[in-house]
Amino acid sequence: MNYFVIVDVTLRKGIADPEGSTIERALPALGFTGVTNVHAGKSFRFEVEAENEGAALEKATSLGERLLSNPVIEDASARIGDR
Amino acid sequence: MSRIGVVVFPGSNCEYDAVAAVERLGDQAEFVWHTRTDLNGIDGVILPGGFAHGDYLRPGALARFSPVMGAVERFAADGGPVLGICNGFQVLVEAGMLPGALQKNRGLTFLCQPTTLVVSSTSSVLTRGASVGQELVVPINHFSGSYTCDDETHDELVRNGQIVLRYKENPNGSRDDIAGVANKAGNVVGLMPHPERAMSMLLGSADGVVLFESFLGVKVEQPALAH
Repeated sequence: MNYFVIVDVTLRKGIADPEGSTIERALPALGFTGVTNVHAGKSFRFEVEAENEGAALEKATSLGERLLSNPVIEDASARIGDR
Repeated sequence: MSRIGVVVFPGSNCEYDAVAAVERLGDQAEFVWHTRTDLNGIDGVILPGGFAHGDYLRPGALARFSPVMGAVERFAADGGPVLGICNGFQVLVEAGMLPGALQKNRGLTFLCQPTTLVVSSTSSVLTRGASVGQELVVPINHFSGSYTCDDETHDELVRNGQIVLRYKENPNGSRDDIAGVANKAGNVVGLMPHPERAMSMLLGSADGVVLFESFLGVKVEQPALAH
């Protein structure tokens, strides 16, 4: 069956995140105070045909690590999501 | 005379400048479309700047799956000289042919300006004709050019003399001011600046000539090219 999967790609700890820090600096101008630790990333959504949820996540994790992220600077994590 | 293959991906846009730079020094250059799977008769490969495959996902991420990259990897493994400029550098790191990664510039600005580079190592096909400490003015033109790598990789780069060019003044947040790196053997080199745009004083600098001369393996005695 098909499982709907979300893969989040985020910068690894210790890797500079200029996009996140630029967003964080911009927020007070809109009146949003008290927002810290902003990180930017990407999410990918797709369906995976697999025997069960575990197999779907395994496949999604593997393709997340091999294509969707650059393991030198990014982590990829897969989760089952709502359509 | 060398025959240089300039790889063209959908979205490359510096391939004509690369060909012109090679021809200016008296060698031959030809376009190699990214679907080609052989590099027969080619003495050196250049991956030019641009936006291969639209830079979708990440710069270079999809280009490494182009059929030609298998041939480029084999060519490099056999010791053939490979040069990645700007987007070509991004392709080489994504393909795992060079260590590290290129991130968005510090400050999130697209940078298009002349930079002063300092030659840090001459043990590469791109810098073998230059001298350590030599300063070269070469333009940059990129958004994702901030070189990064982990400590272990950085130690190794330093130890092996793989950091070939550094920025005199760091424009983009690159680790250790790195502008260009080589593989351990020195035959694969990538750099963010554009030496092919610094081939004539008419364009502001002819300092790219020494780099292209190195890459092409030629030595030009008189500075006739700097007119």
